[in-house]
Amino acid sequence: MSLALEIKGLTKTYATGTQALKGVSLEIPEGDFFALLGPNGAGKTTIIGITTGLVNKTAGTVSVFGHNIDTETELAKMQIGLVGQEVNFNPFEKCLNIVVNQAGYYGVPRSVAIPRATQLLKDLGLGDKMDQNAMTLSGGMKRRLMIARALVNEPRFLILDEPTAGVDVELRRGMWDYLTGLSKKGLTILLTTHYLEEAEQLAKHVAIINKGAIVEHGTMDEVLSRHSDGTQNADSKGYRGGRLEEVFLKLTSEK
Amino acid sequence: MNPQQLWISFYTMLRKDIVRMFRIWVQTFLPSVITSCLYFLIFGTVLGSRIGDMQGVNYMTFVIPGLVMLAIVTNAYSNTSFTFFQSKFFFRGIDEILVSPTPPWLLIAGFISGGIVRGVLVGTIVLLVSIFFTGLHLAVHNLFIILGFAILTALVFSLAGLVNGVYAKSIDAINIVPTFVLTPLVYLGGVFYSVHSLPHIAQYFTYVNPIFYLINGFRYGFLGIADIPVWISLGVLGGMVAFLIGINWYLIRTGLGLKQ
Repeated sequence: MSLALEIKGLTKTYATGTQALKGVSLEIPEGDFFALLGPNGAGKTTIIGITTGLVNKTAGTVSVFGHNIDTETELAKMQIGLVGQEVNFNPFEKCLNIVVNQAGYYGVPRSVAIPRATQLLKDLGLGDKMDQNAMTLSGGMKRRLMIARALVNEPRFLILDEPTAGVDVELRRGMWDYLTGLSKKGLTILLTTHYLEEAEQLAKHVAIINKGAIVEHGTMDEVLSRHSDGTQNADSKGYRGGRLEEVFLKLTSEK
Repeated sequence: MNPQQLWISFYTMLRKDIVRMFRIWVQTFLPSVITSCLYFLIFGTVLGSRIGDMQGVNYMTFVIPGLVMLAIVTNAYSNTSFTFFQSKFFFRGIDEILVSPTPPWLLIAGFISGGIVRGVLVGTIVLLVSIFFTGLHLAVHNLFIILGFAILTALVFSLAGLVNGVYAKSIDAINIVPTFVLTPLVYLGGVFYSVHSLPHIAQYFTYVNPIFYLINGFRYGFLGIADIPVWISLGVLGGMVAFLIGINWYLIRTGLGLKQ
């Protein structure tokens, strides 16, 4: 089984002295739908940033489909599509241009990129917004535009960093249906989200990171069964979440 | 990336910037043209007739190369510094390129090309406007030297603007350099006078001003007159290009000011 992402001993210490990653090792098999979960500031976005070239690592190695990001940077990046946490496109540009330009940065000619971008925008429900400036889109539409942009270079590995934050239920379901369809066609997906019920339903494998270290990982069933002793938060009389949420709280709670 | 993919990536960056500068032409092209018209009117027509000749040519003809150079310098610089800062700071659009396989040297090439295009384009417009103030007469001594200095100057100041854009942490940092460094250097670099008309001590200050060498070479291309030999100007320009490419390469490759 080949690996879409292989991380070994990854550490990151920011200039402020904050140690964001403490020797993280992680493997994501090709074709997997992988959930990387953790509380705010756990190190999820730092892992994604290093993998995609937005953050410099302190130590460790990262390979994407066997291509080391330090020595085979271009080949590694060719495999990746990124939907970042923050909206990061020029709001004064037309939606179609945003997607077509992204294809250009990957060396895709405009004659190929324009029909491809048009189809992606239509598939994601933005067909009638193609010639509008991105600033006119709603929050959910902006997220879908970012997905279209991330897919235009036909990546083998799609990274979604909290893609459904602030998106309403109906749109979220539509997005997951679309992405699940892509996963079934062989696209490897790495997802970070705070919607744990969604991760529980969608992901084959899961890793939970806390304070810069992986505290649990495995298939979703393995992780859930390892912590299904029924004693977690048994004394809690308040709201109880899904099974994954209970595991997550057990492993990351400060108490 | 193969050569064709590299070209497509470069073309994408350049095309995007050119589309942007034409979309907001009132902000990108018009100010320099209006400013230059005022200079031509006041320094060339009104004051120039009283100043008389400078280095054997009438004053209006003498100042034209310097004012064209002023337009090239300010436009090349501000285009690169602002577009880079904008994409880095306002909406992190630079991430679109950083996550892609576009190599650091191509990112530099893409951004500075926009500055070169704008610098040379605005310089050309200012030159064409100047013809209306000289009775439709334009002196050309050596076209290759004119083009060479125009493009090299735009290159130098695009590179300098990129350094500013990478380092800048606020919009103030983008405005400070052109206002407090670039404009004084251009004005004191011989746009309006020959260095030989200055007192001896002031001449030495002019010789350490890099802009002086650009204006000197550019003016030679038009009028065939120069304060110092043109090859020295070319040498200074070449040195500046090499120095600034080195700084930019280091900044972009290491991600200083760009990556955490």
